[in-house]
Amino acid sequence: MSAKNLLEVQKITMQFGGLKAVDSLEFHIKEGELMGLIGPNGAGKTTVFNMLTGVYQPTSGQVVFAGMPLKGLKPFQISHLGMTRTFQNIRLFKELSVLENVLIAGAQHLTYGLGAAVMQNSLFLKEEKSLREQAMHLLKIFNLEGKAHAPSMALPYGEQRKLEIVRALATKPQLICLDEPAAGMNHQETHNLMDLIAKIRKEFNLTVLLIEHDMKLVMGICERIMVLDHGIKIEEGTPQVIQNSAKVIEAYLGVDDEDNTAEVH
Amino acid sequence: MLKALKNPFLALLAMLAFGAIVNVAFNSFIQLMLVIILINMILAMSLNLVNGYTGQFSLGHAGFMAVGAYASAYLSTQMPLLPQPFEIFSFLLYALVGGCLAAAAGFVVGLPSLRLKGDYLAIVTLGFGEIIRVVLQSTPAVGGARGMFGIPGPSEPKFIAGYIHASIWVIITFFVIWRVVKSTHGRAFLSVREDEIAAEAMGINTTKAKVRAFVLSSFFAGIAGSIFAHFTNYLNPSSFSFARSVDSVIMVVLGGMGSMSGAILAAIFITVMPEALRPLQELTGVDLRMVIYALSLILLMILRPKGLFGNKEITDYVRKKSS
Repeated sequence: MSAKNLLEVQKITMQFGGLKAVDSLEFHIKEGELMGLIGPNGAGKTTVFNMLTGVYQPTSGQVVFAGMPLKGLKPFQISHLGMTRTFQNIRLFKELSVLENVLIAGAQHLTYGLGAAVMQNSLFLKEEKSLREQAMHLLKIFNLEGKAHAPSMALPYGEQRKLEIVRALATKPQLICLDEPAAGMNHQETHNLMDLIAKIRKEFNLTVLLIEHDMKLVMGICERIMVLDHGIKIEEGTPQVIQNSAKVIEAYLGVDDEDNTAEVH
Repeated sequence: MLKALKNPFLALLAMLAFGAIVNVAFNSFIQLMLVIILINMILAMSLNLVNGYTGQFSLGHAGFMAVGAYASAYLSTQMPLLPQPFEIFSFLLYALVGGCLAAAAGFVVGLPSLRLKGDYLAIVTLGFGEIIRVVLQSTPAVGGARGMFGIPGPSEPKFIAGYIHASIWVIITFFVIWRVVKSTHGRAFLSVREDEIAAEAMGINTTKAKVRAFVLSSFFAGIAGSIFAHFTNYLNPSSFSFARSVDSVIMVVLGGMGSMSGAILAAIFITVMPEALRPLQELTGVDLRMVIYALSLILLMILRPKGLFGNKEITDYVRKKSS
């Protein structure tokens, strides 16, 4: 375990008025690691993602990515640094084609300006060609290349989830945050997705942070898991540790007293 | 035909040939209408960048047109024209200056106001358009409320010279916007329209994309203003009222948000429609023009709520048929 920390989260807190959605959360992810983030509904998982990717600025504490503090950076700048995400409630560019969705995510690696676009010079043609090839390559890995020109909203639900991942990959990230990638998928699809995540992790040398409710998926592929409840980290460790943790079982299933506020999941 | 659409010079040649036919075959009223149509095409195509492709609602297009019109008109009254065969270059230059000033105005207005969305942006841009008009109305140097007289224009034969000037700019506008939209910069515009949060997460600087679209759109609005100024030889602040901004928006919505073919077709339709209904008025003795015009707009929006073309282009239909 000599890999260095790619992401360091230092005591971040997110306060919405009187509600502390996330409270002094601290964790790190090593380069190449696959880490899971689980917790009951409303535990603050997506809020963590929003703070990491710059949608929210933490009320206090800071996030350091690849040695760079992210304070004050906008989401697009964080994306340029190499951290990207997918969305729990699918946010594709609906009216655009599948290919266009992927091309847009690759935009940050192009250098040609407006003038080159108008003149359609050799730089423009070269960069557009290689961008398209890379996009098609990604779509092929996810078996979506046949639908490249279909509008993305015409895809079935499971494929829209896949396209979210493809689009995130097109930004060429070091760290990808997947927000419930298997939500709404059946067992077979979830199984395929597990294989795909393992495959792209190898091929693109990715570090992954995964939010997921499907315990089979989480326990199956994560090396380390962090459990969040009411904005507080209650447990962290290998899948075995988590499965046997009394605190985690309590958070998910509740305890036998009337003071129980945890949601049954 | 499709090839001509891909080459700016062929397209310009085709337009000039069309102009030559109109020059001999039709009367001066039709000729005047034709140039107005070209100006409206530029307005519609440029506003389409903001309202159609980028999904922001601007209601101040006439303001930017006014900036371009007055700037280039003022310049032309201060500077001598180049001698005859090169005269057209003077007007191209004036238009360019007018466009650049309009673009600068677009930048100044866009940078703070594009943080707003939807109705709020519409109100801010509407306010800006009105400010421009009122400022022009109370500036004696450009004629104030009386208007600005004696603006030089392309000399005789008036129609063909003005038509050439307008055609050149229509072609430039079309190709610049078309190619920008088909590039990564245009895709950034589209991503802002589709989902701003997702676009940011995918590394698109959405503020920059919005301001860019707005500035480019203002530039071409300024160009349209300049052509208008030199063709009519007279400017009045009331020509750049709120109504003209609304007309431009109607062209974009009617044509289809984010369709170049739609914007062009709608510009023709909106310009011709009120005039084409004139004989009807003579026949019946009542001015039903605006009633029919409004009704036909309502009908079109009911029958084709996404506009004539939606976000498709004429070429999409041609391709589908041939394949």
